[in-house]
Amino acid sequence: MRGSLYNAVFAAGITLVLACLMLGVRLGAEGTTLTVYGAGADRWEWILAGVGLVFLSQLFSTQLGRLSSRIPRPDLGTLKPQEATWKAIKPWLLAALVVGLLVWPFMVSRGAVDLATLTLIYIMLGLGLNIVVGLAGLLDLGYVAFYAVGAYTYALLSEYFGFSFWACLPIAALLAAAFGFILGFPVLRLRGDYLAIVTLGFGEMIRILLNNWTSITGGPNGISGIEKPTLFGLEFSRRASEGTQTFHEFFGIEYSSGQKVIFLYLIAVLLVIVVIYLINRLMRMPIGRAWEALREDEIACRSLGLNRTVIKLSAFTLGASTAGFAGCFFAARQGFISPESFIFIESAIILAIVVLGGMGSQIGVILAAIVMTVLPELAREFSDYRMLMFGLLMVVMMRWRPEGLVPMKRPHLELK
Amino acid sequence: MLELKNVNTHYGQIQALHDVSIKVNRGEIVTLIGANGAGKTTLMMTVCGDPKASSGDILFEGESIRQMPTSLIMRKGLAVVPEGRRIFSGLTVAENLHMGAYFSDKAAYEAQLDHVLGLFPRLKERYNQRGGTMSGGEQQMLSIGRALMSHPRLLLLDEPSLGLAPIIIQQIFEIIERLRDEGVTIFLVEQNANQALKIADRGYVLENGRVVMSDTGEALLTHDAVRKAYLGG
Repeated sequence: MRGSLYNAVFAAGITLVLACLMLGVRLGAEGTTLTVYGAGADRWEWILAGVGLVFLSQLFSTQLGRLSSRIPRPDLGTLKPQEATWKAIKPWLLAALVVGLLVWPFMVSRGAVDLATLTLIYIMLGLGLNIVVGLAGLLDLGYVAFYAVGAYTYALLSEYFGFSFWACLPIAALLAAAFGFILGFPVLRLRGDYLAIVTLGFGEMIRILLNNWTSITGGPNGISGIEKPTLFGLEFSRRASEGTQTFHEFFGIEYSSGQKVIFLYLIAVLLVIVVIYLINRLMRMPIGRAWEALREDEIACRSLGLNRTVIKLSAFTLGASTAGFAGCFFAARQGFISPESFIFIESAIILAIVVLGGMGSQIGVILAAIVMTVLPELAREFSDYRMLMFGLLMVVMMRWRPEGLVPMKRPHLELK
Repeated sequence: MLELKNVNTHYGQIQALHDVSIKVNRGEIVTLIGANGAGKTTLMMTVCGDPKASSGDILFEGESIRQMPTSLIMRKGLAVVPEGRRIFSGLTVAENLHMGAYFSDKAAYEAQLDHVLGLFPRLKERYNQRGGTMSGGEQQMLSIGRALMSHPRLLLLDEPSLGLAPIIIQQIFEIIERLRDEGVTIFLVEQNANQALKIADRGYVLENGRVVMSDTGEALLTHDAVRKAYLGG
């Protein structure tokens, strides 16, 4: 009781200080000078009510914990059918899912398809970072740098040399992988926090470089008018540029701007399927197991003759190339990129997707990517409270599913 | 098979091994005993190439391995069971064993898997269980089994009896003898001097980074100074 009283007083105190600083005072302009206003009485009432709530919830935290543990939790395990039936229906389910993904955009609004495309980009990024953080256990806070490398690769090659999207896709992936390799070599001797700091710095370096190399990247103005992808040379515009043909002319159908959106969405679906397939294969190969083994015990790995540098580098490089892939597509979809798109918050969101989904679990990461992109869109009216909602989501997750939405599945002992 | 010639090892400024010379012949069990901090584990790690010996030479089957990177040394046909077991606790027994055979082809892997599971029937029972959920003795068996998966000709064991019940220690030592009979050369580092010397063909005593005595296992076991220092009188 005494411990929880201390706890409650402490937590309430912190809440009071934070609330006073963030809500209790306000800056206002008065002529040319700034003045500090105090909050009104009604706001103070709210703040005090909040402090009281924190105090009480901390004071009775054990009782609350006992109460909340009585609420039945959804047991996802029972939802899954028996192993045998699961095996039989799994290919059909997958096929249905793919067909659904392909047919779905023709039935919904343009905005929904656009949002789905964005979600797919985040799924790709999440899957890529999942290799680095989830499987190999290397905390990378500058992942967005590789995303930027991919995006700028396409934007620059298209702007200066007229490369097409499809040619740039592998180039972007390779170049991002090369950057991952170059960064990885010196950095992978570091561990844990130190690695996180250096990768964070690297992410910022790339962004600042893009911001200041005005002669080539256009600096903060970014690059606009990036060409959209074409379907075997068919453009998705109203009028064809010289020497080409448009999609709607070729097939003799009415032009609609929605065609382009759906086409981009379909490319994204294709890319995500390719990425999922490749990563799945890699995880089943010995190298995938080596990543996990290295995360678990480095010394044991070395005692077995594994070269830790090679294994870490391979994880880092593969993760980076996935981001390059996603970046290239991002540039093509957006048509405009600037360093603004590659700030640290992006890295944080991708990391949040991986952690929220359950480190190492592919399905978890996909679900988390959907949650993290669709929820803010749905809650657009509450956009002022977005960060508050993220915070709430994190607290709820920690309380209910500390291992992530779908923790990585490991075979375990079955009692018969 | 394995020969250390006047090996010196340093951790920064501090010298941990002084002119250590040790020889392990094919088909032998050689035991290295010593007190805490005598340099036993350092010696073992020096053979594995981490830390590297600062002078002297280490020969494995006549070839110098002193300058080689650890990952290459470990693929030469010697395997180490590191101190404190160090199994992959999140991976299953099957996956742990598979990691041990990372560099062998499929046929060799399957043959060796059968062999290892024959040696340790307990691992077969626990085949799909996570390594971390097993008892200490089972984990030690897994650690030895994993090292054996690469089909080594020389097995280095660093304190396999650490923290185990006497009956399990007995089993582990029986297995070690059996491995020797199968033709695997064993280099054993132990604190449990009594049992380690009983099965040893030859033994070395390490004190403050220097080899102070070497003889047959039997002779060391009855030697007065050794009895006093390591066997409790």
